[in-house]
Amino acid sequence: MAQGYTPGLKVTPWTRWRCRRVLPIPGDVRVKVGVKVRAEEVIAEAAMPGDATPVNVAKLLGVPAGELAKHLLIKAGDVVSVGQIVAQSKGLFGLFSSEVKSSVGGTVESISTVTGMMIVRGEPLRVQVRAYLTGTVVEVLPNEGAVIEADAAVIQGIFGIGGEAYGVIHPVCAKHDEDLHEDKLTGDLRGKIIIGGRRVTQAAIRKAQQLGVAAVVTGGIDDQDLREILGYDLGVAITGNEAIGLSIIITEGFGDIAMAHRTFDLLRSHAGHHASVNGTTQIRAGVLRPEILIPVDAPVAKTAIKDREEGQLVIGAPVRVIREPEFGSLGTVATMPSEPAVLASESKARVVTVTLARGETVTVPRANVELIEG
Amino acid sequence: MTTPPATPKKPIDPESLNVILATDCGSTTTKAILIEKIDGTYRQTYRGEAPTTVEEPAADVTVGVINAATEVGELAGRKLVDENGVLIRPSNGKDGCDIYISTSSAGGGLQMLVAGVVREMTGASAQRAALGAGAIVMDVLASNDKRKPHEQIQRIRDLRPDMILVSGGTDGGTTSHVVQIAELIAPAKPQPRFGGQYRMPVIYAGNKDAANLVADVFKHEVELSIVPNLRPTMERENLGPARDAIHDLFLEHVMAHAPGYEKLIAWADAPIMPTPGAVGEILQTIAKQDNINVVGVDIGGATTDVFSVFDGAFNRTVSANLGMSYSISNVCAEATLPKILRWVPFDCDERELRNRVKNKMIRPTTIPQTLDALMFEQAVSREALRLAYVQHRQFAVGLSGVQKQRTVGDAFAQQTGQSSLIDNMRLDLLVASGGVLSHAPRMVQTAMMLIDAFEPEGITRLAKDSIFMMPHLGVLAQVHPRAAMEVFQRDCLIYLGTCIAPKGTGKPGQPCCKYQFTGGIQALGEAKFGELLYWPLGIGETATVVLEPSRGFDVGSGPGKRHEAIIHGGTVGVIFDARGRSLTLPEDRRACQQQVQQWNRVVEMYP
Repeated sequence: MAQGYTPGLKVTPWTRWRCRRVLPIPGDVRVKVGVKVRAEEVIAEAAMPGDATPVNVAKLLGVPAGELAKHLLIKAGDVVSVGQIVAQSKGLFGLFSSEVKSSVGGTVESISTVTGMMIVRGEPLRVQVRAYLTGTVVEVLPNEGAVIEADAAVIQGIFGIGGEAYGVIHPVCAKHDEDLHEDKLTGDLRGKIIIGGRRVTQAAIRKAQQLGVAAVVTGGIDDQDLREILGYDLGVAITGNEAIGLSIIITEGFGDIAMAHRTFDLLRSHAGHHASVNGTTQIRAGVLRPEILIPVDAPVAKTAIKDREEGQLVIGAPVRVIREPEFGSLGTVATMPSEPAVLASESKARVVTVTLARGETVTVPRANVELIEG
Repeated sequence: MTTPPATPKKPIDPESLNVILATDCGSTTTKAILIEKIDGTYRQTYRGEAPTTVEEPAADVTVGVINAATEVGELAGRKLVDENGVLIRPSNGKDGCDIYISTSSAGGGLQMLVAGVVREMTGASAQRAALGAGAIVMDVLASNDKRKPHEQIQRIRDLRPDMILVSGGTDGGTTSHVVQIAELIAPAKPQPRFGGQYRMPVIYAGNKDAANLVADVFKHEVELSIVPNLRPTMERENLGPARDAIHDLFLEHVMAHAPGYEKLIAWADAPIMPTPGAVGEILQTIAKQDNINVVGVDIGGATTDVFSVFDGAFNRTVSANLGMSYSISNVCAEATLPKILRWVPFDCDERELRNRVKNKMIRPTTIPQTLDALMFEQAVSREALRLAYVQHRQFAVGLSGVQKQRTVGDAFAQQTGQSSLIDNMRLDLLVASGGVLSHAPRMVQTAMMLIDAFEPEGITRLAKDSIFMMPHLGVLAQVHPRAAMEVFQRDCLIYLGTCIAPKGTGKPGQPCCKYQFTGGIQALGEAKFGELLYWPLGIGETATVVLEPSRGFDVGSGPGKRHEAIIHGGTVGVIFDARGRSLTLPEDRRACQQQVQQWNRVVEMYP
């Protein structure tokens, strides 16, 4: 049977999901294998060296760097406070003496005899890693972190902004092709993960920010709205550090594009359930897509069992067309011709024919379809 | 403190090589080519590719190499891999190859932080060394970069480069400034990108008298390599030792920590080079051998690399966020949509267009299916290439800080800063590579994208890299220059033809240049300003052209001066571009659309 490899986004009601949670630098891991953890729980911690501040003592004192030693009142390893005199010159006959005060507090790390520069190291900075997924610790990575495992419903989005967030799933659109306007946002939505349908408007995002919503998940967004929300035009899809007060996950793409039925239904079926979301997106080698993880008790249905290998494009596979003229259309693979075809652009490419949900069959380059992974 | 050791490899006898296997391990695809000696001449015979396997589940780059080699072997009817999954060497009849060589840009290539005392002098030289070695320069740190010391320290902490190159001071000069730079880097405690399992490789290539002082500053917290000063005097750069050290450390520290690379390094018969470094090598080789000035461009999904060799001086720049998929949105932001749309001869809805651009960014592997989508992507590529070339011209300048004898004329010229080494009038060959240029359905589309973006002047030959084999040939040039050149000229380059472009501006319709072609083209006439003319001239064919530019126009011999040359054909032929330099398009959108449509019709750009 004809087949090919095409990446897709995972949308599954049940899978055994593992998260590798590691510190950026070595530190202490607080959990042991077998321990149950909650998503927001801190599982590892490290102390980053504090900020280093250079103070050119020789220059401030007006002496050559090589002669600085005899004027110093402190040495490497000493703790200094803001305003503390660290060096003093005697001046002429005891007159016109000058002194240098430390502009920062911390520990003196070094004093250079070549440049006269003193480096003051501030208090260590604490870095913490949370479990992110409510589940069980299955592996401890010594001094690094841990691997958490749980049965979960997993939904990957195509693009997101903002980092990790936690909350209860709260659908606000009744249909998958309904736009998410600000008038849908009523009641107490603080800390919730709200589920839209088609496009979310800028006004709705603004209102969600005001209401303290944890995350917004919806089908599409307008580029212009995203730009207004961020305050700048996103040049490359490397996100996760945006400080906009909430995370946004787009499941389908930019523009008026409805959330896939399957994704919408799955999210709605978990209304009221706790979930972890991460808007971090990195579309480069080693791609990272945003995700919604909803811990579940056990396999919920037979549909969870895979009947095909991951990434395999085969006849009958459910796909989404991801480039115009049929951008956003869903369908199933009808045929997979082995010979390349000439497109309307005159490019030659390998193609598939897709039977769209509306019944029509269209020819699409293989590069322009995406598997809907279960 | 260590001096980087050269990777020990067996000496290769070039004459004994009959079958060469070369791979380029890219971020997504590993491309393998087979080069064979046929009737005494080296030819590229087969190619194959397979997904790169540096990530889970394989997490071993050699798996992708074996898959790509197996594909090449199957196509060639040659068994290249044995039952144990090992490359068969040396060749024996229809089995194996004599050497295996490779380049790599997997895992995002080589990312470096460079530092110098004065940004425009040692900072620029350090940047040139890093770029020439094939690195992406994340930042240039200098005493005069207008940041406060604590801001500089914070910046170093935020970046996670693969390695750091420190330069500064001329030999015998003051030592304190370069020590000061080291004193900013050391307390930042820079962390390598691939985790804390090894110490940050730092290369010191500054004032030799400060080497010990710098070593004292770093103590044992970094893996310090000391190499000869890359700017021993103001008048001279010596980038070779720093570049070699970068290559060695790339192998020893950066690549050795990527999955499977230890095995790959052991397999390869020559040191593995970063992909762009290898492209630079082959372009320098061809420029030297043919005594020509060359510009090469490789436009990818995320970045655009521009290489130039002018009068033997090599320069490379990486425009980190100018690309056709991952960075397409950034191209639109930097170039602005109106600039892109001037190349699009039909009306577009701006909101829809912006969403389309973002959709390409988040689904970077899609290809244009409709003609409109293709035209829009080719318009974006013109602007990405144009911006990348502007950056390159600004970077490729002579050494700053050199004292020059000035004439009275110079004083009147009021020239500030350094003039670019790039002179489009003296450019002989422009080479294109990268998806949007290589895979354009019509060759003339590639030629026109090059002409519109680079605006070559006078007479310039245009070519494209047939299957992106310049990286492979760059490594090959290190072990067998003749084989590399033979393959480069016979199989690598597809000559598109020649562009003739008078430099100057005028009013539409005014006389620009008289021409008379003989030989492969028989034509006589006068090009009017604003016109684009086109004649077919096949591969291997030549024509003689006599050009008589009007006053104010220059085709190579000076304004208004007659010029005669032999020109070469190609898959496209000869394009006479009398649209002026610099190239300006009508401001009015409707007039611009009509103008572009008319030019497209002349060269038969689109169906």
